Amino acid sequence: MSLTILHLYPKEMNLYGDHGNVLALKKRCEWRKIRTKVIEYEPGDPLPKDFDIIFGGGGQDSGQSKIEQDLLRIAPEMKARIEDGTPALLICGLYQLFGKYFETAEGKRINGANILPLATVAGPKRLIGNIKISTSSFGDVVGYENHSGLTKISKNANAFGTVVTGAGNNGEDLTEGIFYKNCIGTYLHGPILPKNPRVADFLITKALERKTGKKYTLDRLNDRIELRAHNVAATRPR
Amino acid sequence: MEKLSILLGKGVQAASRLRGNGGSALPGLVVERTNPKFIRKILEKLPYGVVVISGTNGKTTTTKIVSELLTKQGLKVFTNETGSNFVRGVISAIIKNISLTGKFDYDIAVLELDEAHAVKFSEVAPITNSLLLNVQRDQLDRFGEIDHTAELLQKISTATENFTVLNREDPRVSKIKAKHPIYFGLSSTLLKQFPSDDNLLTKTVTQTENLPACVTLEKLKDQTATYKVNNKSCSVELALKGSYNAYNAAGALTLCHCVLPDVEPEHFVADLAEIQSAFGRGEVFNINGVDVELLLVKNPSAFQLSLANFVDDKHDYMIAINDNIADGRDVSWLWNVDFKDLPKVEIASGIRATDMALRLKYDGVACEKIQEDLSEALKIFVSTSKKPKRIFTTYTAMLELRKLISGKSLF
Repeated sequence: MSLTILHLYPKEMNLYGDHGNVLALKKRCEWRKIRTKVIEYEPGDPLPKDFDIIFGGGGQDSGQSKIEQDLLRIAPEMKARIEDGTPALLICGLYQLFGKYFETAEGKRINGANILPLATVAGPKRLIGNIKISTSSFGDVVGYENHSGLTKISKNANAFGTVVTGAGNNGEDLTEGIFYKNCIGTYLHGPILPKNPRVADFLITKALERKTGKKYTLDRLNDRIELRAHNVAATRPR
Repeated sequence: MEKLSILLGKGVQAASRLRGNGGSALPGLVVERTNPKFIRKILEKLPYGVVVISGTNGKTTTTKIVSELLTKQGLKVFTNETGSNFVRGVISAIIKNISLTGKFDYDIAVLELDEAHAVKFSEVAPITNSLLLNVQRDQLDRFGEIDHTAELLQKISTATENFTVLNREDPRVSKIKAKHPIYFGLSSTLLKQFPSDDNLLTKTVTQTENLPACVTLEKLKDQTATYKVNNKSCSVELALKGSYNAYNAAGALTLCHCVLPDVEPEHFVADLAEIQSAFGRGEVFNINGVDVELLLVKNPSAFQLSLANFVDDKHDYMIAINDNIADGRDVSWLWNVDFKDLPKVEIASGIRATDMALRLKYDGVACEKIQEDLSEALKIFVSTSKKPKRIFTTYTAMLELRKLISGKSLF
């Protein structure tokens, strides 16, 4: 068995150790004898046809402006894949850009890929610190947020989780991220997957199920260190 | 007015000393509030002005190099102690060192200021020359983004009256505008040893446009560094450890040349030989017959360079990671470091010991033990074997380890 991870814009969108998420997916596959291949996709590259998991991280403002145009170019294909149930994890910058738009502090609207039912407006201050959310599918999820964008998800959409401590999507409605089909969008860095292995295993499971067309139960791994790190993070001050 | 401030400051200093609070920034705070012009009035009288050293990595050691090189030339140098790099910390240090009659008996101030504090400093005090070392990912939870950090350095440069010394090989630093920019750099063969932030993960090298450099680090073999100064090569055997210190010394040499243009640069290069590493940056302690070296790592680039310089099979390794405010609350930066060259780690410690162990697990590096408590960890670590030891440590863990070691409260 083999899975291909499409890593979107690793060069410009790799702040806050987000590529640790790709490493977590890779290792958790390898430890179960599932082979992996990572395709690093940069602006202008031909979009590969075969991939099983989509991953995209956060970047600086300057990095985001370098990928905006390219993202619009590949948006139709990305939309088709996400609608079709391809598992995806989008963090911070690319979470925002997969939505309808990002409105800057000056009121300028940057078009997003318009795949996820959400929109983001620049806020007056950065929301920074440790964050803990509670989710229905994965229990508590911990991470670190650092964003100035305030995101509103559409009324009918499911949030990824409910904020326990921290700010989340906008610091107001207690929602954090979005859970759309098999796509998770979130502000949680940390990186999120190593300390929340159930989220990583969800993405891997969905990818295998789509690939084989049958229900899949992953082999259990010893996650003692993962869970201990999760618990330490959950007790740290903002 | 200044005399009144000195009296007031010294009074507060004496009072806080009585309360056992010797290194307090309180005197500085009181004077800053009551006489905002005090710092400028005192510093602008210095005959060689004020030098500010800023950037993400290497400030402390570089400040030490510049101060010692200038001292060797006979200047009386005023400098701020590590950790007091707020404006009020500088004022406190002035209060401590000024006479009651207002005599501030120094030739030059050489100040280490982090990016944000340096900008605040420039609003209340003169900067004659500045040295801007690098922009790397550090404490993004405080500064937001590294492009923002680069903007802070630009402000420091704009406020600088004479020379701004710039790192030619860091793309975010070399493009900083200055009244009188002057560069230090690397030979093309050394360039790949020194990744800038953008190259850290991809490990590619981007050669910055060919700006002329005043001082170039040409060659570095073991501890022998060769600097090219004004087209002349001079070699020196360094006591300082770490290739990044050898490179930052090129910045220090350039700055010293700006301050004292009449001194032959060869003198400065020769004087480099005797300079030792700064507090917690490669200091070696002996515990029960075992050498223990402390290596400060604050951010991914410093950690990566430290691993490249200080990993071999002759040492045992411990890593101590805290996430206090001074370390940065966000520990995700550990995932931007490649640990695969470490043979194994005896013990991970500090508040985020488990995060470190987890990071090592995903790089396939064995981590024998996890012990959050630094005192316990240190005890276990020094008794594992007779091999010399190295501890990679974040800032607040370093302070605690140093206290444990020097206080010998350990055994």
